[in-house]
Amino acid sequence: MPDQRALVVGAGLGGLRAAEGLRSAGFAGEVVVVGDEPWAPYNRPPLSKEALSEGIAHDRLVFPVRSGAADVVWRHGERAVAADLRARTVALDDGQVLDYDVLVAATGVSARRLRVPGPAPTAAAGRHVVRTLDDAISLREALVPGARVVVLGAGFIGCEVAATAVTLGCTVACVAIDPFPLVRPLGPVLAAELQRRHEQHGVVFHLGVGVDELQGDDHVTGVVLTDGTEIAADVVVEALGSRCNVAWLDENGLDLGDGVLTDPALRPLRRGEPLDGVAVVGDIARFPNLRFDDRAFRVEHWNIPTESGRRAGAVLAANLADAGYDDVVAAPWTPVPAFWSDQYDIRLQSFGMPGLADDDGIRVLEGDLTDQCIVGYHRGVDLLGVVALGMTRAVMGYRDRLGRSR
Amino acid sequence: MTFQVVADYDRCKSHGECMRIVPEVFEVRDDGYMYILVEQIDDALRPRCEEAVDVCPTQALRIQD
Repeated sequence: MPDQRALVVGAGLGGLRAAEGLRSAGFAGEVVVVGDEPWAPYNRPPLSKEALSEGIAHDRLVFPVRSGAADVVWRHGERAVAADLRARTVALDDGQVLDYDVLVAATGVSARRLRVPGPAPTAAAGRHVVRTLDDAISLREALVPGARVVVLGAGFIGCEVAATAVTLGCTVACVAIDPFPLVRPLGPVLAAELQRRHEQHGVVFHLGVGVDELQGDDHVTGVVLTDGTEIAADVVVEALGSRCNVAWLDENGLDLGDGVLTDPALRPLRRGEPLDGVAVVGDIARFPNLRFDDRAFRVEHWNIPTESGRRAGAVLAANLADAGYDDVVAAPWTPVPAFWSDQYDIRLQSFGMPGLADDDGIRVLEGDLTDQCIVGYHRGVDLLGVVALGMTRAVMGYRDRLGRSR
Repeated sequence: MTFQVVADYDRCKSHGECMRIVPEVFEVRDDGYMYILVEQIDDALRPRCEEAVDVCPTQALRIQD
């Protein structure tokens, strides 16, 4: 049926891969992708890493589109505000209503902002986040040599920005409520080692404390911590994690408690039953990955938009073609999550789900913690994740072995 | 029929994702560099090479017919 329409909401990596996935699975109807940013899909990880130090350019970050998806209709700068999954329509912020035969939800996440007294949360007031290309362009302009930068949050974005800012000649303090930077994704062993390396480069950590107030009127001048410490600041970077962009899916009976709960075919669940004709992709998909666990998790790792986009395309195309749908849905889909982080000369790579490890299940498997190493994350006897500092080639061998034994 | 994969070595950071998917074509060696082992690649490997292009974290690969 060539007059069918697949509507993809979200024009990031997940939306792109879903559009390509629909085409490569044989869907011949119209594919429309709606996204609220003005840009064609681009790669986000460099925004806190090399692009931030070398200069932000969309043409360096944009993803090439597969030739099979060259006829996809891109509608940039349009935001979905509501969906009616029963009527199969999506309303946009300019009042247009688009109907569809199948829908991909790939709206991703936004940066969480700090809610304390202080100047307005804008780049012009010296308060930055790093999620979009435009965010990174603003931050890049502020990271001049000698600038006093306070990074709030010590996750990957926070630590990468801290490393980049130090490299650019800024003075950097990093504030976090956690006892170590990166402790939540990596556990205390590796976290303490990475803190040591950051401190060697001059980053000053304030750990186990929160923020009471940002000082300044039109522009931030300092940060007041919950223990009373005051830190002078020209630039504040809020790297406090993410919020899921799922409000447009309200009122459809979905479980939107943390992203969108789905089955292993990425179909959203309504009262426990999968909803055909809809698939959830990327950072907002909370899906069970039976390689690791029966429970469903959201995974904000780099390869998940690609893996889930391709999966969504196959499921939705089979649904419309009414050919082999049950087989496609039932096919196992157990991707190994993967991402990397560059901080100074450290290449960190993570595979699997280290966060599921037992507290006492984290051990160095190879190498030397203070140099290059591979750290294993175990639950019982099962190796569920590995994180490598360097050792790119050696860590490859672990990837396909990750998962539970039964 | 054959095709080529071209690497932009200004972008390549030797993550090794390509090697994981098509080890017969891509190799990250102990010197830290990625090598393309086959110049004219058989079309049978095309789907996997396309996947390797997709998953390259630095978008350093492209297919050339």
